[in-house]
Amino acid sequence: MIKHAEWLIVGHSKDFPNRIGRTIRLNDKEIAVFRTSENKLYAVENSNPHPKGGPLTESIVSGHYIYDPLRDWKIDLETGLVQDPDTGQVKTFDIREDGEEVKISL
Amino acid sequence: MINSKKKLVVIGNGMAGINTVEQILKLTDKYEITVLGSEPHPNYNRIMLSYVLEGSKTIEDIILNDLQWYEDQGITLYTGKMVRNIDGERKRIHTEDGLEIDYDLALIATGSQSFILPIPGKELPGVIGFRDIADCTAMLEAAKTYKKAAVIGGGLLGLEAAKGLVNLGMDVTVVHLMEDLMERQLDREASAMLKAELERQGIKFAMQMQTAEVYGQDRVQGLRFSDGSELEADLLVMAVGIKPNIQVAVQSGIETNRGIVVDDLMKTSMPDVYAVGECAEHRGICYGLVAPLFEQGSVIAKHLAGADTEGYAGSVVSTKLKISGVDVFSAGEFITAPEHTVIVAKDEWKRTYKKVLLRENKIVGTVLFGDVSESASLQKYVRQQTLMTDEIYGQLMGTGCSKDGAKTLSAETMADDEIVCGCNGVTKKAIVDAINENGLTTVDEIKACTGATRSCGGCKPVVEQILQYVLGDSFKSAAKQGICGCTTLSRDEIVAAIKTKGLTTTREVMNVLGWQNDEGCSKCRPALNYYLGMINPDTHENEEDSRFVNERLHANIQKDGTFTVVPRMYGGVTTPEDLKKIADVSLKYNVKVVKVTGGQRLDLIGVRKEDLPKVWEELDMPSGYAYAKSLRTVKTCVGSQFCRFGTQDSMGMGEVLERKFERLDFPAKFKLAVNGCPRNCAESCTKDIGIVGNDGGWEIFIGGNGGIKARLADSLCKVKTDDELIDIVAGVMQFYRETGQYLERTSEWVERTGLEEIQKAVVHDIDNRKALIERIEFTLKQLEDPWKKIIHNADSRKNLFEVVTPSMV
Repeated sequence: MIKHAEWLIVGHSKDFPNRIGRTIRLNDKEIAVFRTSENKLYAVENSNPHPKGGPLTESIVSGHYIYDPLRDWKIDLETGLVQDPDTGQVKTFDIREDGEEVKISL
Repeated sequence: MINSKKKLVVIGNGMAGINTVEQILKLTDKYEITVLGSEPHPNYNRIMLSYVLEGSKTIEDIILNDLQWYEDQGITLYTGKMVRNIDGERKRIHTEDGLEIDYDLALIATGSQSFILPIPGKELPGVIGFRDIADCTAMLEAAKTYKKAAVIGGGLLGLEAAKGLVNLGMDVTVVHLMEDLMERQLDREASAMLKAELERQGIKFAMQMQTAEVYGQDRVQGLRFSDGSELEADLLVMAVGIKPNIQVAVQSGIETNRGIVVDDLMKTSMPDVYAVGECAEHRGICYGLVAPLFEQGSVIAKHLAGADTEGYAGSVVSTKLKISGVDVFSAGEFITAPEHTVIVAKDEWKRTYKKVLLRENKIVGTVLFGDVSESASLQKYVRQQTLMTDEIYGQLMGTGCSKDGAKTLSAETMADDEIVCGCNGVTKKAIVDAINENGLTTVDEIKACTGATRSCGGCKPVVEQILQYVLGDSFKSAAKQGICGCTTLSRDEIVAAIKTKGLTTTREVMNVLGWQNDEGCSKCRPALNYYLGMINPDTHENEEDSRFVNERLHANIQKDGTFTVVPRMYGGVTTPEDLKKIADVSLKYNVKVVKVTGGQRLDLIGVRKEDLPKVWEELDMPSGYAYAKSLRTVKTCVGSQFCRFGTQDSMGMGEVLERKFERLDFPAKFKLAVNGCPRNCAESCTKDIGIVGNDGGWEIFIGGNGGIKARLADSLCKVKTDDELIDIVAGVMQFYRETGQYLERTSEWVERTGLEEIQKAVVHDIDNRKALIERIEFTLKQLEDPWKKIIHNADSRKNLFEVVTPSMV
């Protein structure tokens, strides 16, 4: 069976302001979407890789890094990798702008 | 390709050689480094051998650099190689097994060995020194089979060996030639206290005894002293001193005396050959301690990297005995001479002794026994020959009513597995290891590496102590540090630049002031946003993306990602109507818990983010700011309205103050309390500003804190009228807003600024007070209820709070 990438429309470009995260809820899954000051969009699973979890949407965004709101973990949006001294990785998703539509692939 | 790197060959794979190499690597990569070591082990921390013997550490624990490290650094390492000589003409090093290695620069770091007394029987099996892993292993082995041990030498090493052997279950006698133990580091008083303490711990002593002979057949059986008496022993540890290893230098024709003679740049008499550590003799002194070698290594590293160095000028040596439960420290001059002024405190009940020696009022030496918590500061004073002042005296000797209470447990007596940073579960051992393995020198580096101090910061003083304890003399008070890792600029420099250069956004500040990280981090961005708003209250546009989530969404984030809403209740007073509304909204939005807070307000815990605007709208009450670096609550008692003791209307005053100053940003959270009488039911002693009513006026306290570092508030002044009270409160608030560092609580601010300075600025200098009040009034005019704003702004409501539920393409 060939699987095609399925793109979901998650909103309009203007729904995703600079450096303010937004949460997308799909069934029971939450995705945090960030637009960096270089106007690039990133999507990651909205859950801190810390054993106790916690949301990421409310992070402070700096370049393509975020600082999570509960423990101040620094996470690279490109790779999902948690930066030193903490460890772990958060799941990343493909996201793109098609005209003014923002689409995400799971 | 021609290799342009110079060849640096290090003879010796111990602490001195490798530390020097580490310091060189930090400064330059222009050397190709080869290390020759005689021991089969990688580089280990020799000063920790006492802990290995004591059983609190294993050999693995004390390894400083494993083989992988050498590989990672591109260093060629030969272990088990003895160097025969250096051929200075050909610039070539010869090893005993015939290897020849060319060098451009050579560094001799051969260390020293135990000095073995030249007495009959010294070669008998069971006679050892206390110097390396082999000696340590020999002692551990002997303790399994034998019972009686003797240690010759009542110095640092001898006592540590003796204590280790006692711990291993042996019957140990320390034989000492002199009248006093550690006579080269301690005065008679401290020495006697030390001896008593060690006897309590099971060590026996044979003082003023000279060993003439070691007897035994196949193994040591005992010692015979010069007076003919004898002592049985199955193990004999000689710890009477060290002998610099200078054979290589001697074989190579390099000038030696007791050690290898070096100049202030640590150069030997042979060109391009340096020496460092215990094998070197500088200005007639061979150091047998670890701290000087760090200083020497640093001079060499700077010199080889072509950086400026004033050269090595000798070290102020200090001593700490590494025996658990016995705290001994000495530094500088410790034997009283006529020219000294002596400050001494001896407490036989607490078994503590403290002596500080002054020459021409400068601190030149110290001996501490029993309580060494001041050792780090004293060491600094001795090194810098600091002038004694009333302040330092008070710090060192106490004033009889110490405000700080019990001193923090000194870092060295703390158990390895003790948690230092309670927030992140970092043990003392993890911090010590991180310092040793990564050469850390600042608390910030420790934070980045281990996570300690990164949450509440309450453990910072202990981490500092550990840093001082591990680094000893090489600890320097932290280099200039900026407000975060993105800049080296301090708070004051940044605030000044914002004012003089007219900077208006965080981005502009970071660009103009050369931030290392373009967009800053979670530390500096909120700080800059605050400073900008404080300086330009009318023009600054609050940057939502530079605020912590709580202040962006105006609610407290909880660990599960839900939020807490705290409706404002001025002075802690509410009405049945409001309570009813709170109850209705809580039911409607399924609030998980309704809790009364420490500040007399109601916490509605567990509100979903997307419900927040609706909850606020339906409550139709202002936000209580329980989440913000802002005025949170004004706690009150019942006061004169109802209380039979109340002399002032505390509820009324609490409400007035809370209404007036709500929504104002501060460097950190800000709490008030107003009490109607000195019974202080609203607990003003632990508030940023605490107000106590009395018959005929109010007394104002500032800088109290019940949090991470509890602190009782200081009395600022007394006032007669309500107007005066509000004026002073406004003045203190604005002075703190203008001079406080972001995240600095008033408890820290008062200590840093000084109570008198604040009294001067706010209480005594009326003109200044007026100016402060004008500025705070101007700022207050700009404030508006963020919730009203959000409720009426569809965009921010949507972008900040709503969750997207998309449809399939």
